[in-house]
Amino acid sequence: MKSYSQIVQGNKRTDATFVAAGLVLLLIAMLTLLALIFDLASQGIPRLSWDFLTNFPSRRAARAGILSSWVGTSLVMIVTAALAIPLGVAAGVYLEEYAPKNWVTDVIEINVTNLAGVPSIIYGLLALGLFVYGLNMGQTVLVAGMVLALLILPIVIVATREGIRSLPQSMREGSYALGADQWQTVSRHILPSARPAILTGAIVGLSRAIGETAPVITIGALTFIAFLPPSPVQDTIPFINFDWLESPFSLLPIQMFNWISRPQASFHVNAAAAGLVLLSMTLLMNSVAIYIRYRLRKVL
Amino acid sequence: MTVDPKSPTTSESQRGSMNDLNLSQLVEGRGDAQAETGNALRADVQNLNFWYGDFQALKGINLPVHDKKVTALIGASGCGKSTLLRCFNRMHDLYRNNRYDGAINLYPEGDNIVGPKTDPMLIRLRVGMVFQKPNPFPKSIYENVAAGLRIRGINKRSVLDDKVEAALTGAALWTEVKDRLGESAYGLSGGQQQRLCIARALAPEPELLLLDEPTSALDPIATAKVEDLIEKLADTITILIVTHNMQQAARISDHVGYMHLGEMVEFDLASRIFVKPQKEQTRAYVTGRFG
Repeated sequence: MKSYSQIVQGNKRTDATFVAAGLVLLLIAMLTLLALIFDLASQGIPRLSWDFLTNFPSRRAARAGILSSWVGTSLVMIVTAALAIPLGVAAGVYLEEYAPKNWVTDVIEINVTNLAGVPSIIYGLLALGLFVYGLNMGQTVLVAGMVLALLILPIVIVATREGIRSLPQSMREGSYALGADQWQTVSRHILPSARPAILTGAIVGLSRAIGETAPVITIGALTFIAFLPPSPVQDTIPFINFDWLESPFSLLPIQMFNWISRPQASFHVNAAAAGLVLLSMTLLMNSVAIYIRYRLRKVL
Repeated sequence: MTVDPKSPTTSESQRGSMNDLNLSQLVEGRGDAQAETGNALRADVQNLNFWYGDFQALKGINLPVHDKKVTALIGASGCGKSTLLRCFNRMHDLYRNNRYDGAINLYPEGDNIVGPKTDPMLIRLRVGMVFQKPNPFPKSIYENVAAGLRIRGINKRSVLDDKVEAALTGAALWTEVKDRLGESAYGLSGGQQQRLCIARALAPEPELLLLDEPTSALDPIATAKVEDLIEKLADTITILIVTHNMQQAARISDHVGYMHLGEMVEFDLASRIFVKPQKEQTRAYVTGRFG
């Protein structure tokens, strides 16, 4: 029989082995990522300038800019967020709090989870057939926002459900015991408490949507566009308009894809610089979410 | 309440006599003539059966709940005392496959709480509840107490302010929290959180207050505070409490129901249950010789 000190030594060895293995794997992942970012930055940073952000695309690499594509990406993201977050949260709340637990909801649950794994080009084909040709909506910012919203809807739904499911049952009982009805319980206690989880899911979804290329190519994003969509704000009443929804668009990943497929090296540099801008937009979105989450925690 | 298996006779008799002494001292002065003759009823359980799916958890329960008295439910784990308590505000309706049969009449009208046509939400507006583990909402102290009032459509700041202060005072918490009403309820200690939950239940002025082992998660000092509070509250409100702790039942209750395996074995004045219970089974339980 082993002595206790031998057992403890053995346990410590196992522990140390696991820590070492974990560290190595973590380093591999981190170094790969850092190498990618470093490569992108070393190529792209020299090209970044105010002109690069404010110029339209051009045949000459040195004069080409990404104005239309970063504006397009921002507008499409607004549409995607405005559609996917309310729909996804509502669907998640319904499935978790209201839907009867039977085989129909089981089937829906399996399908929603599987939808998150459907290749994004399939969504592009669906949007092309349904929105562009079927409903004749054209190749617009609105359709791009809709297809990306469809793409990330399962992510938002699953995140909402997980967030709600992790709340203690005692919170629901406490609310119902005070005489609350279901909507009062959901709107006053369930949703506010699940907000950090929902926000995380929404950001994960939007981060995925912002980099998607395949579905927007399918519905016909433009790669060369020398005008901006109409401004959403105007100086006459009612100060906002929605004409931009009907506008054709380009997106940063599309622009990058276009540049990278050209033979000239100078366009590849442009692609790297556009990649940096895309990365910064994603990070900005993430940091806003982190800030909101931090504020929510503090208020609570 | 386990018994040392090596020397059952001596330890049983010692524990029994000690317990008899303690409990009878504790209930001294209770069970006065007024309580004995019986004053008005706030609620009345009549032949109540309850099923969790196929399992019958309550069998033909009868229990009077006297107005402005503390009624305690005691019994071993799994005897159905919490199940019975949760029938009073239809908590079981939150889960599937639960079934009631029989009646709990809520007076003065005599509405049947568990009647199939009774809206559980209506009942919960009249019957408040405090749970075993403190479950404040992740909001400010003020909003926790105001939650029940807001549900009842009270949103006027001045009215809320008054009622929140009254409820916190009633729950003996006002002086401790009056300068930090806007802070998170999670910053309070366990005992303070439980008194906050009591304040939350008191704020809408319920007709009946249900307490489900409210001190089982608290330390002795916090327990003493909550017990003092319960005794004081009984002047103005009817309380039904489930407790594991017989000393606690003896200290604070006017009436006691002893339950075993889903049945109400004996119901009487606390002074009788703890000093000279009618049933041998009850005597065995309250003297610690449960078997």
